[in-house]
Amino acid sequence: MIIRTKNDLEKIREKGLKSLYPGATKISVGMATCGLSTGAGKVYEAIQKEIEKAKVRILLGQTGCIGFCQREPVVDILEPGKPRVFYQGVTSERSGELVQKWLENKVVEDLLFCKMEKEDRVLEGSVKNYSIQRIPAGINGTPHYHQVPFYSKQLKIALRNCGFINPDHIDEYIARGGYFSLYRALFEMKPEEIIGEVKRSGLRGRGGAGFPTGNKWDSCRKAKGDRKFILCNADEGDPGAYMDRSILEGDPHSVIEGMIIGAYAIGAQEGFIYVRDEYPLAIQKLKIAIRQAEEAGLLGENIFGSGFSLKINLFRGGGAFVCGESTALMASIEGKVGEPRAKHIHTTESGLWDKPSNLNNVETWNNIPVIVSRGADWYSKIGTQGSKGTKVFSIVGKVKNTGLIEVPMGATLREIVYDIGGGVPDGKKFKAVQTGGPSGGCIPESLIDMPVDYDQLTQVGSMMGSGGMIVMDESTCMVDIAKYFMNFLKSESCGKCTSCREGTKRMHEILTEITEGRGTTDHIDLLKELGWVTAEASLCQLGATAPNPVLSTLRYFQDEYEEHIINKRCPAKVCRALLRYRILSDVCKRCGKCIKVCPAGAITGKAKTKKESGKPFKIGTEKCTRCGMCFEACKFKAIEVE
Amino acid sequence: MEASKIDRIVRQYGARESAILAILQDIQAEEKYLPRETLEYVSQKMRIPMVHVFRIATFYNALSLKPRGRHKIDVCLGTACHVRGGDKILDKLERDLGISVGETTKDKRFTLESVHCVGCCSLGPVAVIDGDVHGRLSQEKVPGLLKDFK
Repeated sequence: MIIRTKNDLEKIREKGLKSLYPGATKISVGMATCGLSTGAGKVYEAIQKEIEKAKVRILLGQTGCIGFCQREPVVDILEPGKPRVFYQGVTSERSGELVQKWLENKVVEDLLFCKMEKEDRVLEGSVKNYSIQRIPAGINGTPHYHQVPFYSKQLKIALRNCGFINPDHIDEYIARGGYFSLYRALFEMKPEEIIGEVKRSGLRGRGGAGFPTGNKWDSCRKAKGDRKFILCNADEGDPGAYMDRSILEGDPHSVIEGMIIGAYAIGAQEGFIYVRDEYPLAIQKLKIAIRQAEEAGLLGENIFGSGFSLKINLFRGGGAFVCGESTALMASIEGKVGEPRAKHIHTTESGLWDKPSNLNNVETWNNIPVIVSRGADWYSKIGTQGSKGTKVFSIVGKVKNTGLIEVPMGATLREIVYDIGGGVPDGKKFKAVQTGGPSGGCIPESLIDMPVDYDQLTQVGSMMGSGGMIVMDESTCMVDIAKYFMNFLKSESCGKCTSCREGTKRMHEILTEITEGRGTTDHIDLLKELGWVTAEASLCQLGATAPNPVLSTLRYFQDEYEEHIINKRCPAKVCRALLRYRILSDVCKRCGKCIKVCPAGAITGKAKTKKESGKPFKIGTEKCTRCGMCFEACKFKAIEVE
Repeated sequence: MEASKIDRIVRQYGARESAILAILQDIQAEEKYLPRETLEYVSQKMRIPMVHVFRIATFYNALSLKPRGRHKIDVCLGTACHVRGGDKILDKLERDLGISVGETTKDKRFTLESVHCVGCCSLGPVAVIDGDVHGRLSQEKVPGLLKDFK
């Protein structure tokens, strides 16, 4: 059906509500990439079989990721009159049990994650309470969704629909308030008013640099030109950050709606979404969403019958990190190699094919419908002085609860890492958080109470970037991390500027020397100098920020560098050339597992049998390649690293 | 690759300069790499100088000028996978397959490559085999991972 009026939209909303809350039991499986990589596909099939066997009317669907990726596959069951129940770590073998028990009004207690009795509806500013009449047996000890430590401090604006709607159903998106903001923007607001609202909201670009979104739109609207473009940067390249993938996989219409509102405000007629080649599922979900929006008359010619038209094209990237930079991205769409150019003239005036072009990132576009719906006053109350709203972070690495979280700007690192993330696992000591991807830096434990926003992160020598937060513990070597990023940047530098091409290469060489025990005390000064030149003389932000991982680790962890250089020791036991593996003879049970797994034949000794006591085990330092296989294989912790 | 197949792909996008990356990606999806003759044909067909086609083909990581094996393994070396030992997974694969990263086994069964983050950071270390992501890997799990691929 083609939607022309608000009434039409209401009708689709009714349809969507029936799909979200049907009159029968509905089981949803989280099938974003994180779910699929842990077997959600098989879980889905197993549940489907069980439903067929049970011969009862149970609906089965899929959703995106609810954020707690570590607990995937996540399955939720919603039945009218009962609390919604979420299961975690479901396997195909145990899927049948979930269905059988549910039919007996019971739950599988050991897989239970949480229950839910109400749902937040951010777009509408309301809460939907489930009417509860029956409680399944065994559910009482389970926490409410809002009480789970991982969720209790979160405020979901950008992730509002992820995990709660089927991304392939536009009706379900509309049922949760989707496309009503677009209607409002087209019929109740002038383009200038929308820009004014976005300006007043204080929204800053979520892709990295944090430029005020409203100002960018304003300059693009004012730029001269009859043809203008809007673009969505979905080339999420920062390693460790995946919020854009999750939004595109779980709620693609939110980005499309934001883009249409933006295009109307700016006066653009055509748009592009530039998606990373590494995100095939996101591409698939976007294709479906664009087609559905076109079929519904919400995208394409004469949107909502308003006379406004917009075509959105999908562009698949080629796996080049530098294409996340605005001018490189535009060059790539034009069919050129993705090299950046100097930005003496802003892309808002002369961008794609030299036309005024407005580029925003996925999460930025996704925030727009909420700002239009709830207003700038509401939005700007969230966050800090200079950074408004919420930010999605991917909290990963050496932390107990890994996943995607969304908190108001200004939440402290401690709240994020400890309260939400649950701290460092295995009793190890927290060392640092890396933010901002390869352009960012490592923040040490002494700054754990700092509030996280754009300005604070810049002040401590890191940056927001797209929101990756990689937690590091005592077993992470900071020199190795600097080397890791330099290796990344060296291979991703497009090579246009000598300072970046050569600077990253030389810094990587020096860091390699240090991690392999050939460092000298001059190296630290040389790194600082090289870093300065690379930053000053490079054209784009890739080069300008390339030294950050080195400079920030030098700033807070210079002692670790010195330990490598002077004492030839790696305190975190990571840099292989400086390690020695040793078997503790008093702990060793002579089981022989290490001999079996050692690929280098470096271990001597004889395993214990019933008849013989065996011969002591030893690692030959000459042959040992320090691969760590024996260390991982030994159940008795008889292998020590020095 | 047969000329008719290339023609079909080009026709789908139109011989526009901006479609060159998508066209090369589609060709590669069928051929698993970009043979020289194919690039020359595309250059003529689209009236884009060969030097430019070659630049595109060598600039983007997703494109390969070398033939690949039947199965492609991409080991993720994103930051989260790195701090959880992604490089050890790569080492183990290199040892077990007897090839270095970027190479293909002699029996053409596997091509081993690395990738900078597939966005599955919470389940690291991860590897992608023929498009399917495998999470929570360890060196010990590697042999089991490979055994189903012929």
